[in-house]
Amino acid sequence: MKLAVIRYNAGNVQSVSYALERLGVDFVMSDDPETIMGADKVLFPGVGEASTTMEYLRKYNLDQLIPALRQPVLGICLGMQLLCRFSEENNTHCLGIIDTVVRKFKADETHKVPQMGWNNLVQVRDWIPAQLEQSFAYFVHSYFVPVSEYTSATCEYGVDFSAAIRHKNFYAVQFHPEKSAATGQLILEAFLKS
Amino acid sequence: MLTRRIIPCLDIKDGRTVKGTNFVSLRDAGDPVELAATYASKGADELVFLDISATQEKRKTLTTLVRSIAREINIPFTVGGGISTVEDVGALLDAGADKISVNSAAVSEPRIINELSRAFGAQCIVVAIDARKVDNQWLVHTHGGTKPTAHRLFSWAKECVERGAGEILFTSMDHDGTRKGFAIDPLLKLHTLLPVPVIASGGAGSMQHFVEVFTLARVDAALAASIFHYREIEIPDLKLDLRKNGINVRL
Repeated sequence: MKLAVIRYNAGNVQSVSYALERLGVDFVMSDDPETIMGADKVLFPGVGEASTTMEYLRKYNLDQLIPALRQPVLGICLGMQLLCRFSEENNTHCLGIIDTVVRKFKADETHKVPQMGWNNLVQVRDWIPAQLEQSFAYFVHSYFVPVSEYTSATCEYGVDFSAAIRHKNFYAVQFHPEKSAATGQLILEAFLKS
Repeated sequence: MLTRRIIPCLDIKDGRTVKGTNFVSLRDAGDPVELAATYASKGADELVFLDISATQEKRKTLTTLVRSIAREINIPFTVGGGISTVEDVGALLDAGADKISVNSAAVSEPRIINELSRAFGAQCIVVAIDARKVDNQWLVHTHGGTKPTAHRLFSWAKECVERGAGEILFTSMDHDGTRKGFAIDPLLKLHTLLPVPVIASGGAGSMQHFVEVFTLARVDAALAASIFHYREIEIPDLKLDLRKNGINVRL
């Protein structure tokens, strides 16, 4: 299996690659369209701000490439949000692969924003292994994808939101599997087996 | 439900952990990577590495170490100690650190918080604040708590968040090392005042102290060093005790 990690200015590209090394998986990090198109599976990491990241993706034509992918693609954190149609983060038009809007958390005394830390996955289904019901994953985010028909796992932070989603060949998680201990490893394995 | 975090802190000097540790099972207790992996396997929610070395080679050694830690462990970690430029932070994040913390540099040049937050996002910028009570006022100190500044704790913490800090790590110098419990009152005030998570540091001596800091001061996370290093408290026992006291933790 050929696995490609999309190389761009995302903050967690290095951490994702270390997690794949720990799994003993061969992969290439690449921004070359042919390499990415030719891979069996593609990882789309992401940490940062939506509008500047979208600008970057446009500059390198990744905004055309990613929606055209037909193999399984896994978006992580901002990578998940960018798969959606629109983000409230600086009113950004995203890749539009998944028809939903990314919202901002409302801060209150018990819900600081960003949500930062370990929260549990509930109502896991579809590609998320059943054994991970109630297991903890590491989240760092101020914006969230609402629960919809695409949701594969739910999480609660003042509001129920999508911890994981899937639409056709596009898989995504809001948390950081590369930093989520054993749970994160199982999620990456589940995607690699998909 | 979001859980409260337990964060062991490791002091690093020239790429090695300092302060004795009581992990007899470790082949090399001075190896930060091995110690970090041990904490991760015991259920630590995050780790903080504080670099206290003062050598010219410091940055390079630290970046190399961060890379080895990121390769090995699968939980988030923060790196701090003498970080003062966007370039420093970029190198450490690229090497695999999840967050960085700034302390003295933020006091001497507050604009660095804005610059770091804009460049890398608030979520990875922790501002560490050391303070002690002087004439009934919490005064911010720098350089390991040795130098007093003109800043008052609460207004400074608020300013840090306004400038783009994603998290505040507060150490009470009056409590640090005493093992008599965390500084509950200022921590509760920080929690109430700030829209971002607060990490409590300084004073942990027993499991009851952790219960208190989470229930009375309502902080998001608690950090400690020696009680974990000397194995006076084991993280799995601590988390069971917290859960028994109704505090939501990752087990």
